[in-house]
Amino acid sequence: MADWTLFEVFIRSKHGLNHKHVGSVHAADSEMAIENARDLYTRRNEGVSIWVVPSAAITATATDEKEALFDPSDDKIYRHAGFYKLPDEVGHM
Amino acid sequence: MYAQMVETGVKSVKTSTEMSSEEQAFQTRIDADIKIEPKNWMPEAYRKTLIRQISQHAHSEIVGMLPEGNWVTRAPTLKRKLQLMAKIQDEAGHGLYLYSAMETLGADRDDEVQKMHEGKAKYSSIFNYPTLNWADMGTIGWLVDGAAIVNQVPLQRTSYGPYSRAMIRVCKEESFHQRQGYEILLHLMREGNDAQKEMVQDSINRFWWPVLMMFGPSDANSPNSAQSMAWKIKRHSNDELRQRFIDQTIPQLQILGCTAPDPDLKFNEETGHWEYGEIDWAEFFEVLKGNGPCNKERVAKRKKAIDEGAWVREAAVAYANKKQQRNAA
Repeated sequence: MADWTLFEVFIRSKHGLNHKHVGSVHAADSEMAIENARDLYTRRNEGVSIWVVPSAAITATATDEKEALFDPSDDKIYRHAGFYKLPDEVGHM
Repeated sequence: MYAQMVETGVKSVKTSTEMSSEEQAFQTRIDADIKIEPKNWMPEAYRKTLIRQISQHAHSEIVGMLPEGNWVTRAPTLKRKLQLMAKIQDEAGHGLYLYSAMETLGADRDDEVQKMHEGKAKYSSIFNYPTLNWADMGTIGWLVDGAAIVNQVPLQRTSYGPYSRAMIRVCKEESFHQRQGYEILLHLMREGNDAQKEMVQDSINRFWWPVLMMFGPSDANSPNSAQSMAWKIKRHSNDELRQRFIDQTIPQLQILGCTAPDPDLKFNEETGHWEYGEIDWAEFFEVLKGNGPCNKERVAKRKKAIDEGAWVREAAVAYANKKQQRNAA
């Protein structure tokens, strides 16, 4: 296992949703990673498309940056539809 | 349970005043049911306990394929053989989800597997019992996977994110296992001859007590539970889960028309629970120590599989390198 690469696996389900992270597999190369991901994560029609990405190639946000990155969106309630009050006679909009 | 007696290395649960500020922040997160993710700060003992528990759980899934593998070539019909193979493949999958979750804690899969081979890491005691007749495939699906479900359902809410997500996947697949097992037994009891019915009862007699032991020692004798529950790695006590399992299993046993090998088993009208006899804990601890009927055979088989598969893993790397060079040229 030690000399095999760790890949992250993303699956797109039938219903047209985005590829979603489901887990990881070890493999000698990306082709084998696809084969392993197929056996491991799609035994029951879970998907119609698989992406594999070497884990080392993923850049992620750091946990200690959480506030700096995401808090600014907390106070922008005008970005949500519910902020705008419309009279009842307008109905559903 | 697929993980029994997981050491926390902690003598007593720290009070809030004994904790460092980091530990306090961590415990606050846990108490608020916010999942701990791989990059979050965590106490070293939490990390080590999780590595022990998840690896033990993963080893159980992998070793758990062996007792069933014994019957693949002996399954009575092609249909039963296909079902059994599908179930065994799921167990391999469960082991892999769990090893992946364990690796997010910085543990190395090869190292952890090596520890199991050296007897330093455990797997569930249940897989050290032999599978002697075809009904055992039914009993394992129904009782062993049934006990595992009782344990794993609350683990979907365990505090560590990757472990919780692995459990959600596992639980989705387990109910097929339990139903296929129960159907095997039901078929033997309803359509079978006397010898086949006896086979079912014999199988239940042999597995009943070892299955109850899967939940681990009684609460009075479970020194690590308090810390594991404070960390929400574990969500219910061993005895609580064992009772839940017995209460849901006895009606199923009655539908089969079989009995449990426990003369003290009786329904308590007041509590609404089934009461059961004393579990032979001496046997449990002997099996955990490595002295069960099949411990040596199971570990030897796992070692052999890893050793004899070495050339396949090496060839895969050589082939991948060759392909890469060819593509570069």
